[in-house]
Amino acid sequence: MKSINNWTHTIQPKTKWLHINLKEIWEYRDLIFIFVKRDIVSINKQTVLGPLWFFLAPLFTVFIYTFVFSGIAQISTDGIPAPLFYLAGITLWGYFQSCFMATTTTFTANASLFGKVYFPRLVSPISTVFSNLLKFLIQLGLFFCLWGYYFYKGEIHPNKALLLLPVLIFLLGGISLGLGIIISSLTTKYRDLTYFISFGITLLMYVTPVIYPLSSIKEKYQFAYHVLEYNPISPLIEAFRYGFMGKGTFSVFDLAYSFVFMVVVLFVGIILFNRTEKTFMDTV
Amino acid sequence: MVRTLIKVENLSKQYRLGVVGTGTMRDDFTRWWSGVRGKENPLLKLGEKNDRTIIGNSDYVWSLRDINFDVNQGDVLGIIGRNGAGKSTLLKILSRITAPSTGSVKIKGRVASLLEVGTGFHPELTGKENIYLNGAILGMKKSEITKKLDEIIEFSSVERYIDTPVKRYSSGMYVRLAFAVAAHLDPEILIIDEVLAVGDAEFQNKCLGKIKDISTEGKTVLFVSHNMGSVQNLCTRGILLNNGEVLFDGSAVDAVNAYVSNSISLNFSNFVEIKAEHKNSGVFQEIEVKSVELKENFPNNQYATNDELTVEITLYGNESINDFRVAFGIYTIQEEGVAAHFTDPKFSIKKGEEKKISLKIVNHQLAKGQYYFNFAIGKGNEVTGVKEFDIVMKTLFFEIAYTDKDHLKGIVMWDQQGWGKINFQNVESIEIQ
Repeated sequence: MKSINNWTHTIQPKTKWLHINLKEIWEYRDLIFIFVKRDIVSINKQTVLGPLWFFLAPLFTVFIYTFVFSGIAQISTDGIPAPLFYLAGITLWGYFQSCFMATTTTFTANASLFGKVYFPRLVSPISTVFSNLLKFLIQLGLFFCLWGYYFYKGEIHPNKALLLLPVLIFLLGGISLGLGIIISSLTTKYRDLTYFISFGITLLMYVTPVIYPLSSIKEKYQFAYHVLEYNPISPLIEAFRYGFMGKGTFSVFDLAYSFVFMVVVLFVGIILFNRTEKTFMDTV
Repeated sequence: MVRTLIKVENLSKQYRLGVVGTGTMRDDFTRWWSGVRGKENPLLKLGEKNDRTIIGNSDYVWSLRDINFDVNQGDVLGIIGRNGAGKSTLLKILSRITAPSTGSVKIKGRVASLLEVGTGFHPELTGKENIYLNGAILGMKKSEITKKLDEIIEFSSVERYIDTPVKRYSSGMYVRLAFAVAAHLDPEILIIDEVLAVGDAEFQNKCLGKIKDISTEGKTVLFVSHNMGSVQNLCTRGILLNNGEVLFDGSAVDAVNAYVSNSISLNFSNFVEIKAEHKNSGVFQEIEVKSVELKENFPNNQYATNDELTVEITLYGNESINDFRVAFGIYTIQEEGVAAHFTDPKFSIKKGEEKKISLKIVNHQLAKGQYYFNFAIGKGNEVTGVKEFDIVMKTLFFEIAYTDKDHLKGIVMWDQQGWGKINFQNVESIEIQ
């Protein structure tokens, strides 16, 4: 009897910390694509308005924000037309929030699927980020309509920094994925975090310049300003507003900080995720 | 040349019992601390045999303990055992759903596991969309699915509904579509868990046929089932698990026999006093079966094909009841029903009375093999409704072993899977030309 020792894979209790099989995820790219398609198709099934819903939610939110924050509370919008200012903020923030919230429940929401079949578990959060990206791009279309209108009226002055848009989207997606998979790995055993996250994300929006510009708190609230400086989402939203509307705080250093932050959370996230995916079925 | 495709070495899996709570944090810390100091995980030294009927002292149990076996190319391996024996845990480790606590499994080739039919099916998507989704989840490439799409749809025989969301499907159609995808996976190793327990008989046969086809193509199949018949039919090898350990590893037929004699307490005495273990809890025992006896009193209850079988039942009346009947059924020790008889409703009993009833099977026609009796004392029919006073299960084990009245000539060959359970005795064969 002769057996050749070229095993395709070995199942063992634990692998090394850095054993990340990116090649395998690439082999499952078709599954990522089909998951994205499933998410998009199933959202619009049996609805009358279909994809219109992607527009309605931000439109109503902008209407309310304009009325409450700009109208009643008189919060500055840095000279940018209020509806456009808020739409920019909530479109970007919406992408971050929906990616993050969906990826934090990767293990708990997919427990029945993960319990029955093997595929690289990272496929799931990655496809979530992509399907939310599609939703985001549709909403970005809405933003461009409004933006075109104000541009035509000459109320805003865009500049070359708007070419950074793909970079901003990439950073936003990467940070939400990294944070999301860290939380999802930790919640399989200790559910306490889910409660914290569900209200924490709302609070986090207020320490991100979504409904106010960074410049407006710089002088008045020194402490808050420093907190906001460490929020890696702030530079992304500010750079977006700066590029498209000509007002905002833009600094390459801040963007570099966001980039480093993304690399770190992705790195930590993938390691944690990798360790969790092997045994989470026993604890979930 | 024998190619080993799966090599399982010292495989163990430990589970923590009870609720995941604050205690887990302390244990996590213990595990982490020993890791930091480069020591072995101390919690792995704990743990007990996984016998759910015994209250243990430890919070940790071993669902699998030091499992070793090899699977060669072309093997159709049946994994059997009682509930909680570790079958599902083993399949979960082999299909990479959860990692083992110690030991390793080495695998050569593409593995597809079917632990459930229709994994990941999305109710809102159409049949065709779900074929792609399910196929991709099971590890197929998109191009592969496209190539096999027509074949899959044809196999499923739900062409008409293929563009309808699967939430509108009947459960049978759903299963058909799901199995059709799985049947076209084309892996080197296929792992299947009892998924065949669904669907109608025709479809089940189709599935079993497909598995047989897959195995004759030189593919390797691992099959977990409670249906001893299909394990014997399909598998070339069998592994019997008990409390997380391999109790038997050998041919499928031997493994099934080992399972059967392990799970039913074979009692070949000719007189059985009926105790609670024989009773069905859903009866009130207005008439109570006290004992049953095989009157022939052969050694080990071994009968010949032309012997008569006489059973004497002793009944006790807890109430006075008129016009009841006695029924008995004969089962193979694989727990498959073979035949039954219902007497006319002609018996009566008074409260406090003890009565003996004799049942004689004159020409039993049973084939070689081991059997047992079930009894039911009852009343009524389909029109009036049926009431059972007492039901007695798995008593009076006997064997049909000889061809002659003197019990000298044994029956040499009778494969119950191939030849069935009845051996006709009254067949006229005449030459007509």
